[in-house]
Amino acid sequence: MAVCIAVIAKENYPLYIRSVPTQNELKFHYTVHTSLDVVEEKISAAGKAMADQRELYLGLLYPTEDYKVYGYVTNSKVKFVIVVDSSNTSLRDNEIRSMFRKLHNSFTDVMCNPFYNPGDPVQSKVFEGMVSGMMVQVS
Amino acid sequence: MESLTLSDGEQRYYSDLFVYCDTDNTKKVASNGRVLDLFRAAQLPSEVVLQITELCGATRLGHFGRSQFYIALKLIAIAQSGLPLRVESLNSVKDLPLPRFVVGKNEAEARHAALYQEADSQGIYPGAGVIPRPPGRGLQNKKVTPVVPPVVPVHEVIQALAPASEPQCMVQPDSTSPVVSPHQSPPTSPHSWRKHKRQASGGSSAADRPPAVATAPAGVWTQFREAPTVPVPVPGDGMWSAHSPPPPPVQETWVSFTADTPPSSAIPAMHPSSVQESTTVRTVASAATTNEIQRQSSAYDDPWRITDEQRQYYINQFKTIQPDLNGFIPGSAAKEFFTKSKLPILELSHIWELSDFDKDGALTLDEFCAAFHLVVARKNGYDLPEKLPESLMPKLIDLDDSAEVSEAAVDVGYSGSPVEVTPNKSPSMPSLNQTWPEMNQANEDTAIVHPVPIRMTPSKIHMQEMELKRTGSDHNHPTSPLLAKPPELSEETKLAASLKFVADNAVGEGYSSSDSYTSDQEPITRQRSHSGTSPEALKVVGAAPPPPPPRPHPSHSRSSSLDMNRSFAAGAVAGQPQPGAIAYPPAVPPRPLPTQTSMPHGGHRSEVEGGGGTPLTASAPTTVTTTTAAAAAAATPAAPATSPHLIPHQPNFADFSQFQAFATSDQPSSLPEVDKHSEAAAAAVVVVAAAAAGQVGVLHTVEKPPEGAGPLRTVKSDGPAEERTPTSLNSAKGASGPLAPPPKPVRRRLKSEDELRPEDEPHGPQRSNLIAAVLATQPSIPRSIGKDKKAIQASIRRNKETNTVLARLNSELQQQLKDLLEERISLEVQLEQLRPFSHL
Repeated sequence: MAVCIAVIAKENYPLYIRSVPTQNELKFHYTVHTSLDVVEEKISAAGKAMADQRELYLGLLYPTEDYKVYGYVTNSKVKFVIVVDSSNTSLRDNEIRSMFRKLHNSFTDVMCNPFYNPGDPVQSKVFEGMVSGMMVQVS
Repeated sequence: MESLTLSDGEQRYYSDLFVYCDTDNTKKVASNGRVLDLFRAAQLPSEVVLQITELCGATRLGHFGRSQFYIALKLIAIAQSGLPLRVESLNSVKDLPLPRFVVGKNEAEARHAALYQEADSQGIYPGAGVIPRPPGRGLQNKKVTPVVPPVVPVHEVIQALAPASEPQCMVQPDSTSPVVSPHQSPPTSPHSWRKHKRQASGGSSAADRPPAVATAPAGVWTQFREAPTVPVPVPGDGMWSAHSPPPPPVQETWVSFTADTPPSSAIPAMHPSSVQESTTVRTVASAATTNEIQRQSSAYDDPWRITDEQRQYYINQFKTIQPDLNGFIPGSAAKEFFTKSKLPILELSHIWELSDFDKDGALTLDEFCAAFHLVVARKNGYDLPEKLPESLMPKLIDLDDSAEVSEAAVDVGYSGSPVEVTPNKSPSMPSLNQTWPEMNQANEDTAIVHPVPIRMTPSKIHMQEMELKRTGSDHNHPTSPLLAKPPELSEETKLAASLKFVADNAVGEGYSSSDSYTSDQEPITRQRSHSGTSPEALKVVGAAPPPPPPRPHPSHSRSSSLDMNRSFAAGAVAGQPQPGAIAYPPAVPPRPLPTQTSMPHGGHRSEVEGGGGTPLTASAPTTVTTTTAAAAAAATPAAPATSPHLIPHQPNFADFSQFQAFATSDQPSSLPEVDKHSEAAAAAVVVVAAAAAGQVGVLHTVEKPPEGAGPLRTVKSDGPAEERTPTSLNSAKGASGPLAPPPKPVRRRLKSEDELRPEDEPHGPQRSNLIAAVLATQPSIPRSIGKDKKAIQASIRRNKETNTVLARLNSELQQQLKDLLEERISLEVQLEQLRPFSHL
């Protein structure tokens, strides 16, 4: 269960960002922003071998004492960032992977919508619903 | 805003209105005061008004300049005629009726409108049935009829959309006025239509207008009201049936925008052009009304159902974009098309998400219809659903194209599943999630095909086979070997079918299918067994001539057999021959019936039952396994039976076994699996036991016959050899019991035998004989041994034959087992596929 989920466009501006509302959202926004650097670093590192070899799932970007940040980048340089609570140790790696996979699929569906202009904020209800399913349930 | 070209009538009308509103005479009108009144008088929903305001640029400017005002008025006229509010339509819609502002005070306006509206409009809708609304506020000129061309289809659409909320239905004739471009989406809102209708009711033919105009305002309105005699009865709702040539006047009413002017303003001068426009608008309006009506009627059933007219309209629209009805509309084309509806992009986006069922970025015909329907609904003020309504869902698996599945109720729940469903799909792959749970078929259009267990067919086939077998077996008693072949084959088939059933219905129905199957087999096996020569066999034959033909209800058989079993069990427990245990459950599956397990028979039996009952739900595989095991077990012992000796004892034993069979068959547990299972278990046990006791010989003998399982079971139960044997017989029979409606003890015995060796029909008689013989000879084994070598040899021969039969049976069962295991594996795989999604 994620605490914050963000979709960053190729130009590194957010297309969609959503956090668990109880917490200071600014903190998550900042975290996501700083994680972009790590993402870029990973992309460029793997960039030597071209994208086909580069894995989409970037894995743990960096852990802090409070939470862990995972990254995923698509072939079109759209980045997904998931922030999970560190105390949530039950989340395994492949669970995170599947979360990213779902995000990617949903995002693709949003992209397929002709009424969606790439670069616009994602306002799809379906996408929101899917993300809600992945967020930590706030009591 | 784009330039606006107004006709003279319009020009005059608008300027009058502007003057009216421009009380300050500043050449620009603020968005309040009279302007608002005017707009409100237009009887459009507030959102439409907002939209208009926005479109005309007033929001930008903060006030209505003259041009904005004119644009707004034109948009109002457009809206009133039911056309989508688009800037393009400002100039594209010709003959738009003047915007109507309904207000009592507008009589003057009405008068003007009447003036402006030509009478010709009336003839425009040749067939439009406009139902005037009695309370209509005298919209005056219905004249607007003129040319609302495509409006008609729009009307239909709209009508279809309008849920029963529409009190009035205006049947608009369609087909006329080509003026309105087909691309227009349905009118803005139902409210407007209603108002129009009301107005329409007031309105009457153009001819009336002048007089109406001439009269006092009230008179005008009234007159109009009366005038629209819309032939179409206005019950008010869903009347769309009326294609009767609605009086054009009624149409005028719709548009009525024209005639009405703000109450306060008594702008008498209605531009002639406005009249004409209003006519046009009215036409459109009438069309919209029609649609409304339609909508209402359809709403009657289901707010989201697409009526035929609507669908036809949608299809026509689809053709304009994509002539091939089986093809796709690419996303870009669809975007342009639906953007014309002037809905906010966000809503269009949501509609797209709902309607693009397969998420392929293109719309098939069904998807397009659903999307269009949603657009129409939205334009009429209905909120978009969270997920696609069932009636809009495309056929999931279309007979022709699979593309149909566009409109998926992609609601949150759905989206989850689609995404999940195609975890493997690369992000770009469309997800054909839909399907499952919600695909209902409210519409014939959206018939969702989903797998349905096909039990019936196989059972029918089986039944036929059984019938054949039966007839065959009936005739060839003695030649069991010969019989064995055909019945065996049929048995195999049936078995296979039943197994298939079981596999298919593994989810839950397999049980019943297997029941039926087993029951199918049961009669046949029974037949075979009946062909035995023993008197019992004969009796059985006589008793159960044609095994209950197609078991009436596979599922029932079980229950009935259960009952039967119970009753029999009771008898069996007593160990008394219960010839009267005719309460035989109908077709009893050859396999060990679960009922057996359920039946609280004697200890041994219960064992058997227990074994049988467990696998009951367990599955076909189990059954197969058990059957196989049973068969194997049965096949193993090939001890030279003292069959010859047994035979002589058969009669006695036959009876005995019959009784036992009763007991066993008492458990008409129609669970083949159970039967099989118990058979297997019994067989296994029997094998073991056989080795142990002197009854081994008997057991062997017993095993030889297909029913070996039965006796094996008996053995398993543990009891005295005899008891066991009978038990086995019983169990075997019991297995078959459920299947066999014909409740004859003999049959039971045969059944059990059959169960033991389902496919081994021909051996039935043999088996029975053998079993009987075995049973009988159990105690006499030593006797036989000591007796007659020839007899022994004969029995050896017979046993060998039995062995072969059993071996064959075994192989068949193995095959079935394999199939079932594969089934099971595939199901497990599916389960695995579904499971991963549960963790999040």
